[in-house]
Amino acid sequence: MTDAPDDKPGDQPDEKHDEKVAGKAEGTSGDKTDSNESARPAEERNLEKAKSETGTGSGVTQSAPDQSPENVPAPTGEVRSVGERHGMFGVQGSGDTSGYGGLVAAKVLPAPSQKPYGGWFDDVAGALEDRLEATELSAAIESVVVHRGEITFHVRREDLPFVAQMLRDDEALRFEFCSGVSGVHYPDDTGRELHAVYHLMSMTHNRLIRLEVSVPDSDPHVPSLVSIYPTLDWHERETYDMFGLIFDGHPALTRVLMPDDWPGHPQRKDYPLGGIPVEYKGGSIPPPDQRRSYN
Amino acid sequence: MSTEQDFYAAPGDTSQGRVFTVTGQDWESITQDIDESAEERIVVNMGPQHPSTHGVLRLILELEGETVTEARCGIGYLHTGIEKNMEYRSWVQGTTFCTRMDYLSPFYNEAAYVLGVERLLDIEDDIPEKAQVMRVLLMELNRMSSHLVAIATGGMEIGALTVMTIGFRERELVLDLFELITGLRMNHAFFRPGGVAQDLPPGALDEIRDFITLMKKRLPEYADLCNANPIFKGRLVDVGHLDLAGCIALGITGPVLRSTGYAWDLRKTQPYSGYEDYDFEVQTWDTCDSYGRFRIRLNEMWESLKIVEQAADRLAGLEGAPVMVGDKKIAWPSQLAIGSDGMGNSMDHIRHIMGESMEALIHHFKLVTEGFRVPAGQAYVPIESPRGELGAHVVSDGGTRPFRAHFRDPSFTNLQATSVMSEGGMVSDVIVAIASIDPVMGGVDR
Repeated sequence: MTDAPDDKPGDQPDEKHDEKVAGKAEGTSGDKTDSNESARPAEERNLEKAKSETGTGSGVTQSAPDQSPENVPAPTGEVRSVGERHGMFGVQGSGDTSGYGGLVAAKVLPAPSQKPYGGWFDDVAGALEDRLEATELSAAIESVVVHRGEITFHVRREDLPFVAQMLRDDEALRFEFCSGVSGVHYPDDTGRELHAVYHLMSMTHNRLIRLEVSVPDSDPHVPSLVSIYPTLDWHERETYDMFGLIFDGHPALTRVLMPDDWPGHPQRKDYPLGGIPVEYKGGSIPPPDQRRSYN
Repeated sequence: MSTEQDFYAAPGDTSQGRVFTVTGQDWESITQDIDESAEERIVVNMGPQHPSTHGVLRLILELEGETVTEARCGIGYLHTGIEKNMEYRSWVQGTTFCTRMDYLSPFYNEAAYVLGVERLLDIEDDIPEKAQVMRVLLMELNRMSSHLVAIATGGMEIGALTVMTIGFRERELVLDLFELITGLRMNHAFFRPGGVAQDLPPGALDEIRDFITLMKKRLPEYADLCNANPIFKGRLVDVGHLDLAGCIALGITGPVLRSTGYAWDLRKTQPYSGYEDYDFEVQTWDTCDSYGRFRIRLNEMWESLKIVEQAADRLAGLEGAPVMVGDKKIAWPSQLAIGSDGMGNSMDHIRHIMGESMEALIHHFKLVTEGFRVPAGQAYVPIESPRGELGAHVVSDGGTRPFRAHFRDPSFTNLQATSVMSEGGMVSDVIVAIASIDPVMGGVDR
């Protein structure tokens, strides 16, 4: 084990915390679904497991988990899974006797955070909440996620223009600069498959936040923000082009990168990459998305 | 020339008006043809293959006489699906793709992506100092090479061919440095999540110092040639006007925003990679026009030179320091060196994994084929590229490949200003306005 990095149980990075909690929520706590754990050689894992069970070995005691606000696990049921990952090696039905092929791990996004969010996050969230309550729209913000020092506001679709307008114009908020919109397709996030993600910058206060709107595949409509942030003109066209998100109220929602008559929306997860098998010296190589791959 | 003879605009393509195809034939015959028609309103399709559109950009201009009444861009001719492709490769391989987007500033593409991945991995504080300094050094050299091309092609497009030749001459010196340090002139894939791919080669610092000395002599040449040149000023001053309100509304950043007098530079406002430790000024100009943007680029090259100098000094004291994060679950297992056969190889590492440690072999195999996992979540780290705010929205689902990587490219956003900058002006000013935005189509179309 000369090359194995020292993974003392005591200094587990925090990011594993969420995943483990989620694993329990999904009922898979029996197996170690931890990403870094499974990447280690099996013997080593077993050895350490045995050590910790019998109490022998290095004798390192595990420190109490960090209880700072961002590390408090979300209540069960609030953790949102966006799909499942099966196996390890991307091969199904082979003679894999390692057991790794049977792994089932939940794909879990960071859970919503509770107040206080810390730093200026509370100023922004507080100001936003006050204004929304004053207009009886307090349900506009579905949840707030603080992860890796970035704050994400999940906004209800119908309230997006109102929230954006307020973020731009309110004196305490002043998010006058929009970096654009990026689509994300989560095919397994039932009922919220398509996400539109906006990054807003307040040059006045030097702050950066993220807005996220989720809509179902069956009804991919999002209100356009071009009237509030004119820069979104091409960005919304690109997101429509690549994901099929329809921005209602956009002045001319047409494709911008793909040809006008292109069928489908290429960056959706159900759209294949390439698709032409390559033949080389008698052997045929499948298109990239059908090749064996790790998952 | 009439429609019937043209392969590329068949009669069915245009529903109204006559089609004139201008492909370098005698100008007299075209103007005579146009004179005969009574129509004043002419729609000119410029590009996508045109030496003055800064790449494969298509412009659709509506003219009245020589005045542009409407200008629209057609883009997408260089779309290569880089974002989609990245979803099918490991996190490390991602840099190989995104470095090819904006081909004039490859290091910035890599940096935006790599900083996002590092934030998701939560190793931002673990990046070794030497890797940070090398990144800053390469990025600032890259800013110089990119601005040199902006000035060179911008000059060429208005007929100042000497500006082009000297611009490319100096850029070649920067690319020589890139080749020495990374092995490639372009498309380096040198920044990796966790650090950089290789240590600085021996002799690199001397070369960088020689370059700094040379540039201090050569940069004033640009100023002498252009700054007070009446023809140059005649073409650039008050052309492509866009004020601060217009810039913010349209999301314009970079030299165009700074030409309104607003000192917005992400290196100062939201420092990354240790930019807070360097001494440099944000360059602004207050004329809101193409000339101001030219002067800003020229001044920014001086500032970059200052940063390169400081970075080189710091690197001199960091000899032998690590350039990759210590976590062996992320760092590439081997350090390659050029072997006697001219190929990259690492004999010590091969001896280790083949002869000494089975675990090391397994580890190597897993890391190289499968790659590391990145905790689920999303990150966006904007950086100041030569053209403005470049950011990568990186999304992970906890797997070994990016779930989604979206690049907010400044060229894409800034190009939206084409119509505001050029409508109401002359046709020849459209070229100047676009050159002052300095769009790179590889970045626009991705």
